[in-house]
Amino acid sequence: MHPAFSVIFLTTLIGAGQGLFLALFTSESYAAVGLLPKQSHTFYAVGAFLALLLLIAGLIASVFHLGRPERAWRAASQWRTSWLSREVIALPLVMGLVALYALIHLFEWNPMFLGYSFGDKVTLILGGVTSAAIFALFLCTGMIYAAIRFLKEWFSPLTIINFILLGGASGFVLATVYSSYYAPNLINFFGLWAIAITLIAWFSRSASLARNARIKSTSTIQTAIGVRHTQIQQKSMGMMGGSFNTREYFHGKTLFFLKSVKWIFIVLTFPVPILLLWTGMQIDQQPLLLTAFVLQYTGLLFERWLFFAQANHPQNIYYQTV
Amino acid sequence: MTQLALVIDLNVCVGCHACVTSCKEWNTSSEPGPLLDENPYGKDPTGTFFNRVQTYEIGEFPNTETLHFPKSCLHCEDPPCVPVCPTGASYKREKDGIVLVDYDKCIGCKYCTWACPYGAREIDEKQKVMKKCTLCVDRLYDEALPEAERKPACVLACPTSARIYGDVHDPESEVSTAIREEGGYQLMPEWGTKPSNHYLPRRKTRMHIHEDELVRADNPLKQEDIRHETSKEVTLDDWF
Ligand code: SF4
Ligand code: SF4
Repeated sequence: MHPAFSVIFLTTLIGAGQGLFLALFTSESYAAVGLLPKQSHTFYAVGAFLALLLLIAGLIASVFHLGRPERAWRAASQWRTSWLSREVIALPLVMGLVALYALIHLFEWNPMFLGYSFGDKVTLILGGVTSAAIFALFLCTGMIYAAIRFLKEWFSPLTIINFILLGGASGFVLATVYSSYYAPNLINFFGLWAIAITLIAWFSRSASLARNARIKSTSTIQTAIGVRHTQIQQKSMGMMGGSFNTREYFHGKTLFFLKSVKWIFIVLTFPVPILLLWTGMQIDQQPLLLTAFVLQYTGLLFERWLFFAQANHPQNIYYQTV
Repeated sequence: MTQLALVIDLNVCVGCHACVTSCKEWNTSSEPGPLLDENPYGKDPTGTFFNRVQTYEIGEFPNTETLHFPKSCLHCEDPPCVPVCPTGASYKREKDGIVLVDYDKCIGCKYCTWACPYGAREIDEKQKVMKKCTLCVDRLYDEALPEAERKPACVLACPTSARIYGDVHDPESEVSTAIREEGGYQLMPEWGTKPSNHYLPRRKTRMHIHEDELVRADNPLKQEDIRHETSKEVTLDDWF
């Protein structure tokens, strides 16, 4: 498929935003049971606003993907059958919940429900609900790709798992950077989580790369045109100046380019950030942590590009020669 | 239930692209507005089409065969492009099984094109909505047209009658008979999309001529060839 930058930015930005919220909420719930020092309300509020910012940036990127963004509201209507429609519902829902969580922390609200006060547990409950919504959003995003059975590179639970792990990794790395500014006593907590998630993501993304390398196309030129012969060659695709079919479904790059992107993303997303995080935590260097996030996010852009480019659509069989 | 569809006879298609041009002509002048043409007279012309004719070569020289292969939306019975559409713009009509896009609802997200294994949909880069073959739904029921012309434009244009149109759910229809008797098949059956459009395979057309038909044993000219003795045998013409 032709990688669209709007979707690359959408998925990586909301992934990081979702991950960042999950990181904040993990620390809040650890703190609630006394495993971590409690943080100020502002810490959670500002962190959640940061996550919200990333989600909004992703939403803005997605608008560039639509031909008719002014009608985007219609996209919520087919939630019964379409994962894209479900994502369109889940994303604003998550944004709303994250915003609410941030506001409650910021103003230290203690809303009453049916005459019952939750005390300081209100953000914990809301955070739990938000986290569930975030996982639902990851599921929707992943299923948009994993639900298309013709695109075998995507048609796998690994697609969803990778979205969760890669989003989670970048979010926890960002949380590490954030805590180095406002809650230094959490650096190690976030940093170790970030390293662990990055390692697991490294493993599962490698698994999907290995899987993709072995995929064999179900459709062949024989089934595509229905001729039983071993020697079939396309002589003309019916047009000479190209068409939507030749633009949308091909990445148009060389194999060497693809290979380079693969190695760039592997190096930038996994070993380099892990190394930087580890040394940054040891010698207490903020710039190293920040670099870890920037490099990993850049790596994820390459990763997402390859994710699209690697998917080989069966319609390509019909477009082999001008 | 009715399922309107096309049956395309690859044995008689000569690859003249008459269906392509008549399709473009009809659909670019119809109600939803023109189908985009970019650079029509320049280098690398491109644009939106509902139908294309491709060409394949089968076999190895000198034993090759040329196959012309018209390709458009197959109006699948189980169309994977429909449930994925987030807006409900893509739908399959209950009434006649035609798969259509509501251009007023489509947001141009292109998700449906990922879900069609045949690459039958093309976005209109100007109107920014998804377009595809409508089976000329705006001709089929138009009472202003003479009845014989209430057919897709491509079917009317085909000079070799390679395109047959009708209801594939009616076992007695021309299309069903052709599918049944001429070995009609579907494209990429492995995906379970159950395309309504079918293709008829290439067939070897052989003439069976007996030697008798070439050299008439009782040719009267031979019988009466003055250079030879006249035969005593009775010739056919003697009976008249
Ligand atoms: S050919 Fe493609 S666009 Fe047409 S109905 Fe089938 S899946 Fe949908
Ligand atoms: S491009 Fe239009 S028809 Fe296709 S899935 Fe998106 S909204 Fe539906």
